[in-house]
Amino acid sequence: MNKSVVFKIDGVEVTATPGQTIMEAADEAGIYIPRLCDVEGLDPQGSCRLCTVKVNGRSVSSCTQPVVDGSEVENNTLEIQCYRRDLVRMLFHEGNHLCPICEASGNCELQAMGYRLGISKATKFPYLQPVRPVDASHPDILLDTNRCIHCGRCIRASASVDGKHVFGYIGRGIHRRVGVNAENLAKTDALLEDKAIASETCPVGCIIQKRNGFCTPVGKREFDHEPIGSSIENS
Amino acid sequence: MEIELSAFVQNVCKKYGNDKSRLIDILWEFQDRFGCINGEMMDLIAKEISSYRIDVEGVVSFYSFFSKEQKGKIIIRLCNDIVDEHAGMKKIAETFSKELGIGIGKTSADGKFSLEYTSCIGMSDQAPAALVNDVVVTNLTAEKVREIVSSLKENMDPSKLVQQTGDGNNFHQLIHAMVNNNIRKRGEVLLAENITPNAGLTKALEKTPAEVLQEITDSKLRGCGGAGFSTGMKWKMASGFEAERRYVICNADEGEPGTFKDRVLLTERANLVIEGMTIAGYAIQSQFGILYLRAEYRYLRPYLEDVLETRRKAGLLGKNINGKTGFDFDIRIQLGAGAYICGEESALISSCEGLRGEPKNRPPFPVEKGYLNFPTVVNNVETFAHAARILDRGAIWFAGFGTEKSAGTKLISVSGDCERPGIYEVPFGIEVAELLKLAGADRPAIIQVSGPSGKMIGRTQLNRKICFEDLPCGGSFMTFSTDRNVLRIVENFLEFFIEESCGYCTPCRVGNTFLKQQIEKVMKGFASKDDLQYLKDLGQTMKMTSRCGLGTTSPNPVLSSLEHFPIVYSTLVKQENDGLEAGFNIQVALEESRRIAKRSSMIYDPVYAHNENE
Ligand code: SF4
Ligand code: SF4
Ligand code: SF4
Ligand code: FES
Repeated sequence: MNKSVVFKIDGVEVTATPGQTIMEAADEAGIYIPRLCDVEGLDPQGSCRLCTVKVNGRSVSSCTQPVVDGSEVENNTLEIQCYRRDLVRMLFHEGNHLCPICEASGNCELQAMGYRLGISKATKFPYLQPVRPVDASHPDILLDTNRCIHCGRCIRASASVDGKHVFGYIGRGIHRRVGVNAENLAKTDALLEDKAIASETCPVGCIIQKRNGFCTPVGKREFDHEPIGSSIENS
Repeated sequence: MEIELSAFVQNVCKKYGNDKSRLIDILWEFQDRFGCINGEMMDLIAKEISSYRIDVEGVVSFYSFFSKEQKGKIIIRLCNDIVDEHAGMKKIAETFSKELGIGIGKTSADGKFSLEYTSCIGMSDQAPAALVNDVVVTNLTAEKVREIVSSLKENMDPSKLVQQTGDGNNFHQLIHAMVNNNIRKRGEVLLAENITPNAGLTKALEKTPAEVLQEITDSKLRGCGGAGFSTGMKWKMASGFEAERRYVICNADEGEPGTFKDRVLLTERANLVIEGMTIAGYAIQSQFGILYLRAEYRYLRPYLEDVLETRRKAGLLGKNINGKTGFDFDIRIQLGAGAYICGEESALISSCEGLRGEPKNRPPFPVEKGYLNFPTVVNNVETFAHAARILDRGAIWFAGFGTEKSAGTKLISVSGDCERPGIYEVPFGIEVAELLKLAGADRPAIIQVSGPSGKMIGRTQLNRKICFEDLPCGGSFMTFSTDRNVLRIVENFLEFFIEESCGYCTPCRVGNTFLKQQIEKVMKGFASKDDLQYLKDLGQTMKMTSRCGLGTTSPNPVLSSLEHFPIVYSTLVKQENDGLEAGFNIQVALEESRRIAKRSSMIYDPVYAHNENE
């Protein structure tokens, strides 16, 4: 018999099944924990660190951390919000993000997270302005990693859902980036129908379906009316 | 060539059972033979071991000793840690560059030489030092460099560079290195002269595995890599999980700048280390051991292989060890390929599995699901050597050294501005001042305890003790005199972390670069008070959100220098409303007069100290 686990998130009691992650339990309870690399249907990667919470005072990533009975989890505190804002800023600054001319604008989780966390001004961090080559070799798909946030969702979707290995990480440290399983994308077995290419997989505007851009008008885009995370909070 | 290459690929892969978890070994064979692992090779290797090219490329591009681009037949890697820098590495680099006619990071047109910088190679006690392929060259001078280059140009054989071998076992024909051990102080545990070979193992095998676990627990031994987890507890946990197999891994990937104690142990006490691993194998009922050797210490590999082989012949490894029926245990050496992060135990396991050396998500912890998902004990070289001594002399004897919470002795690698850099085996609890005195550091101003990821302290803190209760130390202890520049030291450490971050998580991948840019701003005299707060806040975010120890400790140089050397920062920071132009820096303005006056003690004056060191 699986006894249920009871713990608290910001003082609110939450019941979970043993083995669940803190994030899964929070989702079920209608409590949103910000996230960028984690997405339903894929194993957690634990890399963006947006979902950092404190469990009994110790910080952990809630997408990978199993629930502990009787624990006190801090999620939406001022302290943690500060960390999350810094992380989002880091993601903006390590890439090249020009929202007004970006196809993902309005549908972009990074942008939406910036809004949700109240980042509206230019920040103190330096811009790293990388120059990463755009891969336009594929007839249907364009890959522009200048906006990549290293969430690995494309990598995991390709491997676990599509049963392919179109994407993977290459390089290390600040030079780490997403690469493809051949000299270029056209030489891989990537198809438009792949889950890895689906618009919901890449949270930002890196994997772009050609001839399909800017179809949805402003006002009808995913985060135009409600902040990111609302679907969990309203469930 | 085509046919030749595919035959080579097949042979090499077959040699490792077409096992993709042996990818690092496979890649080494290509790197050694061809000087690169190019796209074509990656395709072929992937096919042969049922992997994907992107996964092979991921590994090739992760490790600094592998390269997709063609490298020279001889690769010269210059150690760029701060001690080497202070010892004049810049001059050495320029001389190499001039003599070889190539810039740093470049390969000569004839394909003979590559010249590059590399992170600490574990020779800070004989800096400046470099690697010429596997051969270590130490105490470099411009003159020595010219000799090295002309000798290499003549016969292209790096082993000829060793004309005189170093002290101790470095003369062994299988080591044959100019490296010196520099053992300055022998304690009673690890470097004692009267250690009876295999006494610990013999006594262990007279006990039950549970009794061995108890002995280790009672000794209060803690992991010597730095984190200090109880060794007894770790072994007990690993033995507690039901499993078909268990693994014992020895972490010989010491990469913390300024540490070289494992190098010395592997040279002088290799048998003791292997004995300790064997005891661990017995205690947790494992049959398989792996010794993960950092690529920088590849020169020790033939000797270590020989130690293993000799032990096999003596019945100390293999089946029914020492006549104990049913106890089978053997060890293989896994060579690393240049990645500091692989010193982190779960990243080290990834590397042993033929993957990018990235830490794994925890839980589960390695004691439950480690190497290939089997329960695994990973311990430092020194920890295993301690374990063997504990079984020989007993837990009570061992716990008699050191302090309440930090039992035993500790090997400390002292380097930097002192008379006697080298290895000191001292009991835990020794005061910083005493260590400095032993090492002959007469003008200590800045002391870096436990390497860049540890703490930077100043002269007011010399009464602090080296132990887990106060200042933990994994083995690196660097001392800097009054004429060194605090901020340049901090900057060098950040450069190291930027180079060595695995890049998996946001705060560490990006944060270190930001910290460095901000420190540069301070050094130039362009920072305001707010910028110091920025450093603290960013450091805090990195500490709280990074995924592994590298990112949680990499802000330490910044944070501890802000704490202990506030004056260095405040003299460089622009005062608010001081009526001065933004960008005006009094220190820079005064530089010329200082230079003329030859004033020293400019620990806060970057420009001055820089020029001094050239
Ligand atoms: S990917 Fe998102 S954050 Fe980046 S430019 Fe596009 S909309 Fe803006
Ligand atoms: S390309 Fe998109 S999905 Fe893939 S890692 Fe980058 S941001 Fe994530
Ligand atoms: S903190 Fe993150 S990026 Fe840094 S080494 Fe650890 S896992 Fe890699
Ligand atoms: S959502 Fe947990 S680390 Fe990204």
